Amino acid sequence: MGGGLGWQLVRGWAMLVYAFMFLPVAVVVLLSFNASEFGAFPMSGFSLRWFVELANNEAILRAFRTSIILGLLTAAISTTLGVLASLALVRYRVPAANMISTLLIAPILVPEVVLAVALLLFLNFLNINKSFTLLLMGHVIFTLPFVILVVQARLVSIRRDVEEAAMSLGANPVQTFFQVTLPLMLPAVLAGALFAFTISFDDITGTLFWKPGGVETVPTQIFAMLRNSISPEINALGTVMILLTVGLPLLGLALARQLSKKRGG
Amino acid sequence: MSSVKLTNIVKRFGTFTAVHRTSLEIPEGAFVTLLGPSGCGKTTTLRMIAGLLDPSEGEIGIGGKRMNDVPIHKRNLGLVFQNYALFPHKTVAENVAFGLKYRDVSKADIARRVNDALDLVQLPQVGDRYPKALSGGQQQRIALARAIVIEPDVLLLDEPLSALDANLREDMRVELKRIQDRIGVTTVFVTHDQSEALAMSDQIVVMSDGRVEQVGPPEEVYNTPASEFVANFLGASNILSARCTERTGDSVVLEVPLFGRLAIPVAKAPNLTREGPAKLVLRAEKLHVAPRGRPADGVVSIDATIETVDYQGQAVRYFLRVGDTQLQAINMIDERPFAEGAEIALHVRPQDCAALPEG
Repeated sequence: MGGGLGWQLVRGWAMLVYAFMFLPVAVVVLLSFNASEFGAFPMSGFSLRWFVELANNEAILRAFRTSIILGLLTAAISTTLGVLASLALVRYRVPAANMISTLLIAPILVPEVVLAVALLLFLNFLNINKSFTLLLMGHVIFTLPFVILVVQARLVSIRRDVEEAAMSLGANPVQTFFQVTLPLMLPAVLAGALFAFTISFDDITGTLFWKPGGVETVPTQIFAMLRNSISPEINALGTVMILLTVGLPLLGLALARQLSKKRGG
Repeated sequence: MSSVKLTNIVKRFGTFTAVHRTSLEIPEGAFVTLLGPSGCGKTTTLRMIAGLLDPSEGEIGIGGKRMNDVPIHKRNLGLVFQNYALFPHKTVAENVAFGLKYRDVSKADIARRVNDALDLVQLPQVGDRYPKALSGGQQQRIALARAIVIEPDVLLLDEPLSALDANLREDMRVELKRIQDRIGVTTVFVTHDQSEALAMSDQIVVMSDGRVEQVGPPEEVYNTPASEFVANFLGASNILSARCTERTGDSVVLEVPLFGRLAIPVAKAPNLTREGPAKLVLRAEKLHVAPRGRPADGVVSIDATIETVDYQGQAVRYFLRVGDTQLQAINMIDERPFAEGAEIALHVRPQDCAALPEG
């Protein structure tokens, strides 16, 4: 280790980049434990009062519940649709499979604002009012590509002859799917679901356009609160969000590792 | 155990015909090999028997019943693949037990039959392991155990030895034949390897370009090839233009430019029914290289020069020149082969030759 001056400089530069990226996050986490009303250094003392206040804030709790329900439903629907679409595209000969595949992936390529406005205009055109169901549909549309990409990649690597072997042994196509195909692509399915949940949970652009009046998710709630004042409560909420969005994937990773260890590595 | 009967089977993929009109009967308990180069339609044929592909035309019967519309999971077949196709997320015992779950077999019977199957393939200790922890040869034995534990009507083997290394392949060949003899299941074996086909089969079906070239027991296919393709695909052969000048009750007389008049037994030229242009098939290992000036009884001898020597240990392959024709001879040798450039005599017994009609 060590190396010349060049390497020292590169290392120093890298540190600076990381600092630039993560300092604001660190500040938010630190200030969420600040006792004072005003978000400023030096901190006047350590306190959990903002977390307590958060837990008593009806609006935030409601937003939290909405976000979690929305995230879970998005994950469930996206994963189901994504798995089915991947199966169809990889395992069966579908006419215009390439076009369908591109079409399904397209929402990631289109800027979110464009997609959000387009869907909103489309709903107006159809004279459909905004509702929770439509918000959910919006989230499904732009989480679906992630699920499909992950699941398809996995499915391609599952050899067809393993499924053929199962069928030759007497398992019908449905039993073959649940006994062989699904267990083999489970890591990708879980990863896809996790992606869908975190993306839905984090999303603000699309949600702002699509949410019906009176419905707030955590990001839109934070956004609304920020417009009035910067309350230390927001720092606490930020800390909770960071914990969730970082912790969940880590948990998933650990789970996947545990699973593969059980199978003899 | 059942017989397999293919009647006028055709398989087309779009405009490409993978298998031309083919009929084939595989008797109960037989070990039949579909042999041919890649792309000859042998695997396609096997997959149609398995129900993994639907024939474009024709009928597939197993045990006297029409199977065309019976899906693969109801055909009761044992299928073994080149790449083992074990379930990586299940233990060896779970793999072998898989097919029994879909049959009315009690838990205790499943355990007993799984153990018996693992005993049969000589891997009784590995039930708790995952496939990844086993070698290729062991995995293929497990795949075989999984296929036979369900007591299939027909065992279908799709190049099961091709993924193994050479030494292991020969051991597995003997092992596979032993197991098949033991349980007596009708077996269809697909391979491109002629030595596997010759060593294991009761009947060999030689295929080329989607057509059956010849069907017969190994010795017959080897000694009396029905076409130039078969003569070249099984072993090394020299094929010379000849002329059939006479057919008597038990022999066919051929005029061959290099060898003169050869009278070969009628049994070695079953398809040569007319006088006129013909082909003489000389197996490389039936041509004996000897010092000049020692003619033996009943042997045709011509002079030749050795051009190249391909020394292989217990055998040697000579490339010989006679006039402007090049011939191949494969001989067993005691110690050292003849040297390159040696002037030698080439002996052949007429009864070791075979003949085909021209074209």
